[in-house]
Amino acid sequence: MSKVLILAEHDGTTLNPSTAKCVSCAAALNAASMDIAVFSDACGPIAEQAAALTGVNRVFTVERAENAHQLAASLAPQFVEIASGYDYLLGPSTTYGKDVMPRVAALMGVGQISDIMSVEGPNTFKRPIYAGNAITTVKAPANMPLVATVRVASYQAAETGGSASVEALQLEAELPGHTRFRELRSGGGDRPDLQAANVVLAGGRGVGSKENFELLYRLADQLGAGVGASRAAVDAGYVPNDMQVGQTGKIISPDLYIALGISGAIQHLTGIKDAGTIVAVNKDAEAPIFEVADIGLVADLFDVIPELEKRLG
Amino acid sequence: MDKVMVCLKRVVDYNVRIRVKPDGSGVVTDGVKMSINPFDEIALEEALRIREQGQAAEVFVISIGPSDCQQQLRTGLAMGADRAILIETDLDIEPLTSAQLFLKIIEKENPQLVILGKQAIDDDCNQTGQMLATLWNRPQATFASHLELADGTATVTREVDAGLEVIEVDLPAVVTTDLRLNEPRYVKLPDIMKAKKKPMETIALEELGVNTTPSFENTNVEAPPERKKGVMVNDVGELVEALKQKGLLT
Repeated sequence: MSKVLILAEHDGTTLNPSTAKCVSCAAALNAASMDIAVFSDACGPIAEQAAALTGVNRVFTVERAENAHQLAASLAPQFVEIASGYDYLLGPSTTYGKDVMPRVAALMGVGQISDIMSVEGPNTFKRPIYAGNAITTVKAPANMPLVATVRVASYQAAETGGSASVEALQLEAELPGHTRFRELRSGGGDRPDLQAANVVLAGGRGVGSKENFELLYRLADQLGAGVGASRAAVDAGYVPNDMQVGQTGKIISPDLYIALGISGAIQHLTGIKDAGTIVAVNKDAEAPIFEVADIGLVADLFDVIPELEKRLG
Repeated sequence: MDKVMVCLKRVVDYNVRIRVKPDGSGVVTDGVKMSINPFDEIALEEALRIREQGQAAEVFVISIGPSDCQQQLRTGLAMGADRAILIETDLDIEPLTSAQLFLKIIEKENPQLVILGKQAIDDDCNQTGQMLATLWNRPQATFASHLELADGTATVTREVDAGLEVIEVDLPAVVTTDLRLNEPRYVKLPDIMKAKKKPMETIALEELGVNTTPSFENTNVEAPPERKKGVMVNDVGELVEALKQKGLLT
């Protein structure tokens, strides 16, 4: 019977929803057991959250000072040490998982499948290529462990309510000293995380300035929404880069996505394909965003935002 | 430093609208414009700037693929690379194999820095740089948006989901590029003429002694499901009404 091991993603205190999405992908593998590995300098609360995910059997914690910062070069050899005997090794297809998992695969001398969007069989998976403009079905060899990343926008987070056991591990793996963490600069505030939010408002070049983005923030706070932006808005300096939605930014799947003053370049559309409902507001009736929008409104966003505020207030 | 190695992949140009072949065997590439993978072009630009600032003596570019890859390598030479190496093959090469092949060249050339795109825009794997760093037993700095070199180290700002992370790595190291690292230069006509005289070495894949049997089989390539055609509303009132009907607003 097959066994799955998942690499947990967290910020030091909170488990990232990407982990619960990996659990959902793992559940589709019908494996006999599913375990999660947590690396941190203080695993306690994170392990507790991982243990509560439905379907998880065991949570392994590896607590050491070097794991305070999630450096791929240190995490990969530790994960590989635990990975012996597992058939599937999964991580999220976030910048974190993308950094670590290929290193895991290379240490094990096997290839990797990136961005699993569906499980078609024990060794058969679908994944997007060409920025999601084509979908390929990939068959992995049955006789070796599979290292893969899970496209988080393709899966719902697993439910909580489980009660996995938590086991602390002492590992032998030698950690390299050649990579050192310096700092993390975060652009985000108190608003919901883009990849976890149910509602996302996003602005493009049409918003016109950093100051005008305040209008979006105000409406977002009223709706409890996250705020994103197109690459054009990021490049124009209106917002920091971690707000960018699109192929080269974040790929998101909210229930409701409202694009304000976004024309809809292909690279942006790739990032919102999995949204439940896409609303587009743009002055230009010819904007490509209307081709993918479920509800389109040709109007000036500076008229629309105050009226939305009024009607929803 | 002595040398910077830059890996270039030949891919369908990013402006081309992708069409899937009706028989599910792949996407149409016949008669389609091919270019350097945009992330690799950024990698080359960064390497050239490092050399121009006097921090490296030589920049060489390398590609794996059919003889047609010489076009992209020539473009790299026209941008300013000093020489090019093509590992020639008509086979489809998986990222782990690419990493093993690049490592063979590294062992011969001993570059202090290897720069390549964070992913290729055809298979979107995002693996080769990380795998190469691992096999080489050296550090990696992925998704770089800023790179600073000092004596024996590189300080790299990385674009991560949580914001910008800064790490310091010992050289030699592998750096993979994100979009905001730089804007690649345009190639001028005299540079294209000059590039014709620059050295291009071709190595047969078989000479490198790497097992190139693929692990994975792509059994079918299809177009993504299309979204249902949407509706246009006339004003904010209708918009709010439509969202309420879908249960998205209360």
